[in-house]
Amino acid sequence: MDWLNSLFENPGITNALPEALLETLQMIVISGIATVVIGVPLGIVLHVTAPGGLAPMRPLNAVLSGIVVNITRSIPYAILMLALIPFTRFIVGTSIGPIAACVSLTIATAPFFARLVETSLRDVQGGKIDAALVMGSSRRQVVRKVMLPEAMPSIVAGITTTLVMLVGYSAMAGLIGGGGLGRLAYNYGYQRYDVAVMIVTIAVMVILVQLIQVLGDWLSRRVDHR
Amino acid sequence: MITITDLRKVYRQGDREVVALDGVSLSVGKGQIHGIIGHSGAGKSTLVRCLTLLDRPTSGSVSLDGRDLSGISDKELLTARRRIGMVFQHANLFDSRTTAENIAYPLELVGTPKAQIRAKVDELLQIVGLARFAEAYPSQLSGGQRQRVGIARALATDPDVLLCDEPTSALDPTTTDEILTLIKAVRDRLSVTVLIITHEMNVVKRACDSVSLLEAGRIVEHGRLAEVVANIDGRLAQALLPLPGDAPDAIPAGFILELLYSGDQAVEPVISSITRQFGVDVNVLAGSVEHLGGTQFAHLRIHLPTDADIEAIKTHLGAIGVAVSVKEA
Ligand SMILES: Nc1ncnc2c1ncn2[C@@H]1O[C@H](COP(=O)(O)OP(=O)(O)OP(=O)(O)O)[C@@H](O)[C@H]1O
Ligand SMILES: [Mg+2]
Repeated sequence: MDWLNSLFENPGITNALPEALLETLQMIVISGIATVVIGVPLGIVLHVTAPGGLAPMRPLNAVLSGIVVNITRSIPYAILMLALIPFTRFIVGTSIGPIAACVSLTIATAPFFARLVETSLRDVQGGKIDAALVMGSSRRQVVRKVMLPEAMPSIVAGITTTLVMLVGYSAMAGLIGGGGLGRLAYNYGYQRYDVAVMIVTIAVMVILVQLIQVLGDWLSRRVDHR
Repeated sequence: MITITDLRKVYRQGDREVVALDGVSLSVGKGQIHGIIGHSGAGKSTLVRCLTLLDRPTSGSVSLDGRDLSGISDKELLTARRRIGMVFQHANLFDSRTTAENIAYPLELVGTPKAQIRAKVDELLQIVGLARFAEAYPSQLSGGQRQRVGIARALATDPDVLLCDEPTSALDPTTTDEILTLIKAVRDRLSVTVLIITHEMNVVKRACDSVSLLEAGRIVEHGRLAEVVANIDGRLAQALLPLPGDAPDAIPAGFILELLYSGDQAVEPVISSITRQFGVDVNVLAGSVEHLGGTQFAHLRIHLPTDADIEAIKTHLGAIGVAVSVKEA
């Protein structure tokens, strides 16, 4: 009981934790939305411009797939976030704070998520696409009315995976000025040897990931009529 | 009325050319059900892709009611496709849509008003007998029910031609019969022209008015069911009225004849007329009797003793309208 009471008297937990959690949520929500907004269209373009796709365009596909997506994905996030500091300053005006962290977070996760979207779209049976075309659908209609709805359960699962990944990345971003739970663990747990804060931070992150996963799974099932 | 004229489709595979369709010509009148039967690799799928305008033929044309579809612009393509309704082997329904929403899909494409869509969907649900399943998702339907939805969806645009690609190949025999009955009922009710692509002779027997045999990209036999059956040495006749392959070993020496005839003469009179007129015993080895295209057909394999006057018997059979083919002496 004493141990529990001491937790509620620890300023690292009563003062810093709520603020840090809020910053982490801010990073995840903002970069999560940006990732979906960029990743869905990018995934669609990757899929339809591929050879044998709805609108094959070799050069565009090669550039997007090879350069944009694969190169960004091959750089570890720890390095990417450092390399992007000047760019972040240019875009946001500062490289400090959760909003600034969203720049590198989005650049790191959007290509990954676009690949997941591309795979989800590719998994829609070709027969359904043929059926849509035979009924006189334009290519835009095929994508909007058939491909996306049919791939929705899988895309939702992809969003869940991406958000979980963002929880981890946002902690790393915290170390170089993003704030949030990563920063909290570093400041209190590592620099001040405050084991209690370290443990609580880990617990909060585990709960956060669980929540995202449970919610994502539920939503994916809701949209799945297969 | 659909007319296919000298359709050719050549695929390039590296520097090799694959001739998938080698001059296919075919004409099916309004309200007719025509079967196209062929083995694997005969070019059935290629023909379907050319008819649905998913692939451009290398040469030749496809026309509906005299209007050529093969030369139209990309813009007219989407509208032209709506004149051919297509039914797929695996129905290819959209899993994210209910039965009603699946049927509504082709109507949504052109911005049909909601009330009009609902009326049309209700009508089609009635026709295919699925009114109770309007809100069900494809995963909640049986294979036969899914195929019914597929047929309703294909009919939503009031097409001139219903193109069915292996519509029953994934179904059990009872469900196959139900689907073929439905296709015939739809034809009677909407007088739509139907093309059924299949590898099952049974489908041709049950549903088709006429049939074409596709082989290596060419139509090698075609005609109304009664015509192709009457050609005793034709492949379609042998396939439509099959006899077991081998004659049993224990047959005494003599002649083996195959007879094929149609109409109201039952099996008995033909056999007994041989016995009566020529005084020989007739031994029936195998037989197949079926109603095809509204006429009864019999295909028999008989054995005659060595002393039978085979030429006279052949003349007699010819005179009463029986096709004869001597298989063994
Ligand atoms: N895209 C293609 N490229 C090259 N060759 C092709 C292509 N599509 C079909 N072919 C060839 O054309 C021929 C006819 O093929 P098709 O798929 O039309 O046959 P099928 O009658 O539908 O056979 P199955 O009953 O097995 O489906 C085959 O020799 C096939 O290899
Ligand atoms: Mg095929």
